[in-house]
Order: sequence, then structure tokens, then C-alpha cells
Amino acid sequence: MTAIASINPGLILILGALPIPLLPQAIRRLYLLALPALGFAAVYQLEPGTLITMEAFGLTLELLQVDRLSLVWGYIFNIAAFLGFLFAWHDRDAVQQISAMIYAGAAIAAVFAGDLVTLFIYWELTGISSVFLIWASRTDAAYRCGMRYLLIQVSSGVILLSGTVAWYMLTGSIDFTHIGIDSLAGKLILLAFGIKCAFPLLHNWLQDSYPEATVTGTVILSAFTTKLAVYALARGFAGTEVLIYIGAVMAVFPVFYALIENDLRRLLAYALNNQLGFMVVGVGVGTELALNGTAAQAFSHILYKGLLFMTMGAVLFRTGTCKASELGGLFKSMPLTAGFCIIGAASMAFPLFAGFVSKSMIITAVAVEHHSVIWGTLLFASVGVFLTCGLKLPYFTFFGQDSGHRVKEAPWNMLAAMGLTAFLCVFIGCYPAVLYDILPYPVDYKPYTSYHVIQQLQIMMFTALAFVILLTFRIYPMDRKSINLDTDWVYRKAGPWAAKRLLGALGAMGSSIESALTQATTNTITVIKRHHGPEGMMAKTLHLSSMVVWVVAFLAFILLMDFVRGL
Amino acid sequence: MSEEREHKTEGRRSWLDDPKTVRKIVLALFVLCAGLFFADGFYEKHSHFGAEDVFGFYALYGFVMCVVLVVGAKLMRVFLMRDEDYYDRDR
Repeated sequence: MTAIASINPGLILILGALPIPLLPQAIRRLYLLALPALGFAAVYQLEPGTLITMEAFGLTLELLQVDRLSLVWGYIFNIAAFLGFLFAWHDRDAVQQISAMIYAGAAIAAVFAGDLVTLFIYWELTGISSVFLIWASRTDAAYRCGMRYLLIQVSSGVILLSGTVAWYMLTGSIDFTHIGIDSLAGKLILLAFGIKCAFPLLHNWLQDSYPEATVTGTVILSAFTTKLAVYALARGFAGTEVLIYIGAVMAVFPVFYALIENDLRRLLAYALNNQLGFMVVGVGVGTELALNGTAAQAFSHILYKGLLFMTMGAVLFRTGTCKASELGGLFKSMPLTAGFCIIGAASMAFPLFAGFVSKSMIITAVAVEHHSVIWGTLLFASVGVFLTCGLKLPYFTFFGQDSGHRVKEAPWNMLAAMGLTAFLCVFIGCYPAVLYDILPYPVDYKPYTSYHVIQQLQIMMFTALAFVILLTFRIYPMDRKSINLDTDWVYRKAGPWAAKRLLGALGAMGSSIESALTQATTNTITVIKRHHGPEGMMAKTLHLSSMVVWVVAFLAFILLMDFVRGL
Repeated sequence: MSEEREHKTEGRRSWLDDPKTVRKIVLALFVLCAGLFFADGFYEKHSHFGAEDVFGFYALYGFVMCVVLVVGAKLMRVFLMRDEDYYDRDR
């Protein structure tokens, strides 16, 4: 196993993706599951402290750097890829299979990249490979959305590269360690990470693109890009105070959007954004407990958010829609999917589920550092995300008003993927030691104290109580066919409008300049024609005698001048 | 909650369709909430902030924040809600 211990495990998936189209379907399906399984095994036998370097262009590239932080992400990314491909077992689209495999591989490879240049290469590769999961919807809307997505992802990479160059000029090293925001380089790199991490105002590519991807594509997309960004933040910017405030804003504002969103996959994208906020706060606090919390939260979040995206994918696959206004009462047709959705919802915060043992570490870390306002904000955000994902999503999809859909239960492979993910959510919730053992720092945290269990149950059940009461009195905003404006309005509506106006104004100016020039030319031609044309004075043939008169007059003039000079 | 339901179903009526069941579930929720609220008197709190020592703090916080959130989001709809074809209209 020494040979495999010296290559980046992400390469197993990236290079393994290349022969996919050559394989017959039956073998290909097993192959797609085998690659992440192999990747997981490769990560499992990596030893923290391993460092494989290569000299190129006078730089030391650290192709493989292993520590306990990167291992957490290495494990969960391989698990997510495996579950995603199981969910997509029925899919025969080779384009999606290859791009999803390269995408997952690039994310894993980026996690084990020890320097900024190697990170940049995989960083861009995640963006470029994942856009095909959006384009694979093969609609005009998906094409345009993919273009917007690509533009933003590539921009993040370009900013990362310029930050890397600035960092190299400053420090003479491209090593990816703690960076901080004191230098311009640090600020650029933070901006690059912030775009992919969906910081407030930079976030909207996420809610714009994920609902446009295919049924299976969204499940894959939800796991990697943003969590890779969280990892990069944890490595480069742990303890950067501004991240606490950015994360708090990020945890709060998306829940308002999620509450009034009609497209349920977009609702999940907003909720995902909110959960990232918790992780960013954890990075900002930067203590061992907080960073452990961030890693644990990333791990369980990938599972339960993936599970929720899977249930909505299954609903979309069977009913052809994912809009709250067109759904309801589906528990009769899809009881198992409904059950998995409830487990996914419960996994966000309920005792005995994954979110309970991870998210609370971050909230506790904030409380230990006495950030009272941030603590209150995060509690508010957990109420909000439970209300939207935990209550609204299952209620409007599977219960509530019957939409009349009479469909089959999800296919077996989707059920298997959802079942396995649900099992992992419960397993981690019941045996948190399994997760705590792989965290970056030694864990001295006990989630199951009577205080913690009761306070959590109080929050959740009273949120449910408020939901029921608000619903009964019809105060709760009902599902409506609609969209809500977000920052993408700037480049989808205001930008084009302004550009149109600007081009219009420039066009008008251009045509007035053109007509003025035409007028001037016409005038010049008219004048020339008047003097030099057939009738013009200058074109007249003069008589010889009049010429002599002119010559005499000219000579007389010279004579006169000479005479005047002589005086 | 039960008043919201309109049944288009023929035949396959489930136990959850029965308004009685729904009423029972809601009642159970009320009982559970009351139990959790008064549970605050029976254990020791390890609080970091003064507010946590208020009796039933987390219950009240959850309820109030939920209402704040819903009302806030409803207000947002006034400014932000558009038709589904909003971005496609100019095409």
C-alpha cells in the first residue's frame, strides 16, 4: 500500500473518471461506486504528517499534505460521492457521470493540496467540472444559469491566483498555512474563498444554480464546493474575528428567504447557506472546540443536507415538480421518502441525530467565548432553519393540502441511498464518539447532558407549536407560485437594463455624430462643387486678353511694392 | 391545521386524513410543550449567560423567534415577491 499512500486520493477519482464512457452500463454502475470506495480506503490509510512534494518552475509544490483537518473532509467527500452515485444509479448520462466524478475528485484533491498553486488548480477544476451537472438539464434556462455559475466560479479561481501571487511576493512561499487578513494577499484569498463559501452578497450563485441542475446533479453539487471553501477558510483564516460577524449574518438572512421560497430545492439551497454560516462562525471563533465543531458540522451537514436534497430529488423525479404550490399529501404515494425526509429534518437538531452532536459544539464554543449577541443570533438561525427545513419542507411536500399526485414510490436505488444516508445520520447522533474520534483536536465535549437535551427540545417543540398555531390562524405565508428577488437581480435585471440604456445612449450619440459628419462632408462637397464644378468660377476657361490684364496688374503690384520699400 | 385540508382523494384515505387524528397530534404537541416548559424546574442549568436562567427561556425564545421570523418574512414578500417568469419576460 506504499504506492497508493504517496498519491493524492482525489486523483483516484479524477483519473478514474476518464475510462467511464468506454465501459458498458452494467459494469459502469459498479465502477462508479467502486471509485469512491477505493478513494475512501486510500484516505483511510493516510498517515497525518505525510508530505509529498515536487519541484516545478522553481516552486515547491506540495501535492499531498495530510493532517487531521484534511482527513475529516477526505472521509466525508468520499462518502458523499458514494451516496451520490448510488442515488444516481439509474442515470445513464455519461456526461454527468464523468463530470460528477471529476468534480468530487477535484474537491478531495484540493483538500489534500499543501500549497496555494496546487489548491488553485483543483479549485478551478471543481468549478469547471461541476457546471456540466447544471447544463445536463439541457434546458435554455439551465444553459444560461450554467454560464452565470461558471463566470462566478472561475472568477473565484482568478482572484485566488492573484492572491497567491501577491502572497508569494510578500512571503516568498506558496505554502498553504494560516494566512490571515492583514495583507492585501490575505484579503484577496479570503475573497476567493468567500465567493465559493457563499458569503452574504456573494452568495446568490448558490441559490441560482443548484435548483437548475438535474435531479441527481443537485445532490452531488450540494456536498462539495461550499464545504471545500469552509475547509480552506478553516486552514487559512482560523480565528479571524470578522468571520464571526460574516457567519452570523450568513446564518440569519437566508432563513427569511427560505421561509417564502416556493421552489423547495431553492429553499434547501438557502438553508444550506444558513448552515455554512454556523461553520464560518466556528472558523472565526477559532478555538479548538470551535474548529472541531466546524469540522463535525461540515461532516453531518453534508449527510443530512444531502439526504434532504435526495428526498426532493426523488419527489422531482416522480412528480416532475419541486414547487411547494404544486405539492402536498405525497406521504400516501411516497411513504418511505417522506420518512427519510423527516429523518433528514430531525437530523438538523434533534437529540439522537447527527446535527445535535455537531452544531451545538459551535454554539457552545461561541458561548464559552461570551459572544452573547452572536450566540442569540445563532439560536435564532437554528429556529429558522428548523422551521423551514424541518417543518415547512415536509409539511408542504408530504402532508398539508393534497395535490392529487398519485405516483410510485422512489426507485430502489434512491431509497437505498436515502436509507444509507439516514442510517449514518442516526448512527452519528447515537454514537457521536465515531465522529469525535476523527476531529482535528481531542474532544472534551458531552452533547448528552440533561440541560442540553431539554433546551434543544424546548426550542424545537416550541418552534413546532408556533408553526401549528400560525398555520391554523393563517398567518403563516402560504405557498405561492412566485420567485423572490435576491442579489442576482443586480446582474440579471439591473445590469442588463443599465447596459441596454448605456448602449442606447452611446448608439444615439454615435448616430448624431455620424449625421453631423455626413452633413459637414456634404457641405464641403457643395462648396468645392460651387467653385470647381462645371459651373464654378475656378473651372471657367478665361480669355487670353484677360490673362494679360491679370499679369500686368500683378507686375504693377510688385513694382509698387518695390517702390514702397525703397522709400 | 386540519382546517387547511381539502381532499381530492378518492378511496385511499389514510389515518392521517382523519381530522380526529390531526387533532390528537396537535393535542399531543401541546402536552409535550407544556411538559418541556415545566421540566425547567427539575434540573440544574449550566448557563453561560444570565438570560438562560429565566424559567423556560429556550421555550419562550423558540416561540417568539419563530413568530418574528414568520412576520418578517411576510413583510419581505411585499418588496421581493415577483411572478415566476420575471427574469424571462424581456426575452
